[in-house]
Order: sequence, then structure tokens, then C-alpha cells
Amino acid sequence: MGNMAWIFISAMVVNNFTLAYFLGLCPFMGVSGKVYTALRMGAANVFVLTVASVCAWILNTFILPYAPYLRLISFILVIASAVQITEMTIKKVSPALFRALGIYLPLITTNCAILFMAISQTNRSYTFFEGLFFAWGAGAGLTLALVLMASIREDLEFVKVPGIARGNALVFIIAGILSLAFMGFAGLLSS
Amino acid sequence: MPTKTTPGQDFSRGIWRENPVLIQMLGLCPALAVSNTVMNSLAMAAATFFVLFCSSLLVSLFKNFIPGEVRISTYILIIATFVTVADMVLEAVVPEIHAELGAFIALIVVNCMILGRQEAFASKNTVGRSLLDAVGVGIGFTIAMLIMGSVREILGYGSFLGYPLFGSGYEPWIIFILPPGGFLTIGFVLLVMNWWEKRKADRARAGTLPEGAVGRAA
Amino acid sequence: MSGNGEGRPLPQAQGAPEQKETSSLKLLMTLSTAGALAGLLIVFVHQATQPAIQAYKALKLREAVSEVLASPARWDTLYVHDGDLVLAPPAGVDVATLEMVFLGYTEEDSPVGYAITGGEPGFQDIIELIFGYDAEAGVVLGMKVLGHKETPGLGDKIVKDSAFVQEFRGPEAPLAGVKAGRQTGAANEVDMITGATISSRTIIAIINNQLERLGPMLEAYLEEVN
Repeated sequence: MGNMAWIFISAMVVNNFTLAYFLGLCPFMGVSGKVYTALRMGAANVFVLTVASVCAWILNTFILPYAPYLRLISFILVIASAVQITEMTIKKVSPALFRALGIYLPLITTNCAILFMAISQTNRSYTFFEGLFFAWGAGAGLTLALVLMASIREDLEFVKVPGIARGNALVFIIAGILSLAFMGFAGLLSS
Repeated sequence: MPTKTTPGQDFSRGIWRENPVLIQMLGLCPALAVSNTVMNSLAMAAATFFVLFCSSLLVSLFKNFIPGEVRISTYILIIATFVTVADMVLEAVVPEIHAELGAFIALIVVNCMILGRQEAFASKNTVGRSLLDAVGVGIGFTIAMLIMGSVREILGYGSFLGYPLFGSGYEPWIIFILPPGGFLTIGFVLLVMNWWEKRKADRARAGTLPEGAVGRAA
Repeated sequence: MSGNGEGRPLPQAQGAPEQKETSSLKLLMTLSTAGALAGLLIVFVHQATQPAIQAYKALKLREAVSEVLASPARWDTLYVHDGDLVLAPPAGVDVATLEMVFLGYTEEDSPVGYAITGGEPGFQDIIELIFGYDAEAGVVLGMKVLGHKETPGLGDKIVKDSAFVQEFRGPEAPLAGVKAGRQTGAANEVDMITGATISSRTIIAIINNQLERLGPMLEAYLEEVN
């Protein structure tokens, strides 16, 4: 169980997917204007990550040992299909949830975080449950980064920002400072 | 609908005016993750260039054979194939660099820049124009990677392409080769670019520049 | 999306008239053809690049084992199976899933020591290493870090600080890490790097944990061989 805890916390804060690995930057920059939307985006990510982790595990265990070089193609096609099917299922089962998630779901397909999670899970030979904890830790980390950025940007609306820094320049500098802060988590889990 | 632009424009706009990384904000993940040295930046740019070129070639060659409903899946399939090829070739030819780039080579497949070029251009234009577009965007990507890689390696290691620049007394600014450095570098590069654009716009308004030379308005 | 039903070279679905919406058969055919061609290209490149890739991996392994066992004349690859070390895994067992240990020999065919790999979370992320171990004398012969993500300038001294790496030539197992200035001269002490205590401690822990787990098997195999 200690191993699972390490995997979860490592993926969430020590090696945060956005602030340490630069994954999921498109939503990070685009969506993070409001905490409300950031939370919804984070939740959608967690869902897709979970599905992707299970699919990757199934592929790695049963199919890919026969054709390891097809790993990337199968991962990306499975992820794209999983997102598509998830979208259609949510639409049918809970139209309210579908409306709440809105356009975020299709955007997740090109989110590098999903593919990176699947590949890392493979490279580290995680078991089924280790992979799940990894996916949840990654999702929690993505959500955390999104929400932090969103709350900072919400506050920034009341501040006078120099013209040349407005827009993405400022977002990246803030992200740099956040990333610096998160470096403080290193060593959190060591003996 | 084929564009009304000239071949020259198809080529040149990807280089700076619509630079994929710095203006369109696409493909940031590899740009930040592997740009801690110039060598890694160039290797990633080369791999991405290869994938972009081959994908554009195939997509524009077969654009009439790919039905609209499955076009995204087919593009992704094509791109993923070339990424797999690039990954294997890199591992065989330059294993040390391959080890440094790691999983980020595989992430070229989700680089929105490549899929974007297929959807926006290669699927609607001739092979020749599509290749020009691909080469232009590829060069733009390489330039952006070079800028990032140079700043980070010079400040963070005190070297360029592995050659030490400042002698042994130099205390490297390590933060720049770590993740925060990636964010801060691109933040400051964008800052400088914004400042430059503002300066050009101010000058134009003050009448210093001739009419046709104005960049994007502030 | 521009109309793409005119003059298609691909066969239409079984005698159906030209339709605005492409038939499922055509969609399937397109994807299958693309998939088949993609697969062919990948297999071709895979065959072409595998020799170079495997050669490099073998070279790296050779270097690592040589470094931690002080250049043995040759070595055997042993597999951990059912609590024993075996030279050849039983038929039907997938070799790739078994843990491997290497046993080095001198030219006179006398065992030099084992080379064992291990990995555990360090300060930032997992540290992977290989170390040499003389099971008869109970002494660690050498250590080489294979992969890490420790902080450059601090934690990466586990690789860059040659004095630290040399600490692993000869101490008795199980190892005990000591901070600088606190050595008592015991045979199993290893000086840790100032400012990289956790990374140093992890390396020592990896070695100790692997030896605790594999120790009996290592000794048992040596008895068989001798």
C-alpha cells in the first residue's frame, strides 16, 4: 500500500504533470480563467485518465506483447475512441453533466497528459492498481494546477498588469513561480 | 477550399508571423520539456520536422481518398506511424539523445501543430503547397526551439551545444534547466516579443515607419 | 467539407448508388488500408533498426557489469524463479518477466561476484542502479547509477562525485550510511554526500534491500556452482 501512496503523491505533487512535465498546457492556458471551469476540466481529465489507464493495461497485458512496435498507434487510437465513447455515453445517460462538461471532453483527446500517462505506466511496468493510482494522482495534480492558476488569474483581474505582460507571457511567468513552489515537494516521501 | 495565398506566403508565414510555438501557442509541451539543451532542442525539432513533412506529404497525396467522417482518425494514424518510425530511428542512430528525449518523442503525435496543419492546409491543397507549408512551419518550430534551448543552456549550463562558454569560474543558473526555468524562459521570450511589437506599433503611430511595415497592432 | 463522392477510384459499396454520406464499408476500407500500410512501414523500420538498438543495450549492460565487477572475463545471466537462481528458466516461462542477476567469473572460472540491479524512489523520482556483490566475503564491490532524476548540482552528485562512487568498492554488507565527520571506522560504513543525504541514503537502501531479499539465493547458487 505504501507503494500506491508513493505513486499517487508523486504523480500529484512531487512530479506534477503540468508543473514538472509541462503536460496539459493547452487547457492550462485556455481554461484557467475561472475556478469553476478549472474544476470541471480537472474532473473530466480524471475520468478520461482512468479509462485510459485501464485500456492501456489491457492492451499491454493481452495484445501488445505480440506487436510492441504498435504501442503508440494503438494507444492514441484507443484514447481517441475512449473519449468519443465517453462523450456519447455521458450525453445519453446524463444530459445535464454533458452540458456542464461542454466542449472540454473532446479537447482532452489531444491532451498530452493522457498519452504520457499511458506510456509512463507502460515503461514502469505498473500493475493494474498501480496504474489506476498513477492515473488518479496525475488527474489530481492536473486539477490542482488548473485550480491554482485559475484562482490566481481571478485575483489578477483586480490588478493593473503592464501591457507587455498581459496574456500568455504573464501566465507562463506565474506558472514558473508555481513550478518553483512545487519543487519544494521533492523529498516529501523519502525515508 | 484551396487558399489564395502565393507559394511564398505558404512557406514564410510559418516561420515567424504565424510561428507555431511563439504566436500560435501550439506544441508547447515538447518546446518546454526538452529544450534544456540546444542539442536536445534540435533533435526534437528534427524529429517533429520529419513527422510533419511526411504526414503533410501523405495527407495531401491521399486527400481525395479519405472520407470526411474518418479523416481525423486517418490523420492521427498517419502521424502516429511516422512518430513510431522517428522514435525507432532515433533510438538506433543516437541512443543517448533518444534516452534524454524519452517519452516526449511519442508525444509528437499529440502536438496540435501537426494535426492542425493537416486539417487546415494539407487536406485541402496540392502536394507542393502542402510541403512548402510543412517546411515553413517546421522551420518556425526549429527557430522557437533554438531560442528556448539556447537561453536555457547558456544560462543553466554555461555552454552551447556542449561547448563551455564561460570558463570554470562560471556558476550555472541551474533553475533554467529545471522545469520552472522552462516556464520562465518562454514567459520572458513572449514578454520581449510583446515589447518589440508594442515598440513597432508605437513607432508606426508616431509616423516613424512607412505604412506597409506595421506588425501586429498592440 | 467538400463533396468527395465524384469519380472515386475506390469501389462503391455493393452496387449502391452514389451517396452524399460515405458508406460504412468505405470508411472501414479506408481505415483498414491505412492501418495495413502503416503496419507494414512500422514493421519494416522495426526490422531495420532492431539490430542497432539491441547492440547498444547489450553494450550498456556490458559496460555496467564490467564497471561494478572490475572487468570480469565473462559472466552468466541468472534468472530468479521460484525462490532460486537458475541458469536457464524452465520452458514456457516468459524470460522477459523474470528478474535477472549476473554472475561474473575470472579467466580461471572462479566466481568474482554478482551484479544486481535495483531501483527505489529517491528525492525526486526513482533512482536505478547496478551494484557488484561478493557473496562469499559479504562485500559490496562497486556501484553504478543507471538512471535518476535528482536535482542537478545537488542530488546528481551521486553520479558526478567520484569519491562517493568509490565508497562502494569494498564495504561490508549490510551498508550503513554516515554523514561526513561522523565515521567510526566500521567496515560497513559509507560516507554520504553533504547536501544530498536523501539521494545517498536511497542508494544504500536499494543495495541493502536487494541483498536482504536475494542474499540466501545468491549463497545457495554459489554452493551449487562450487
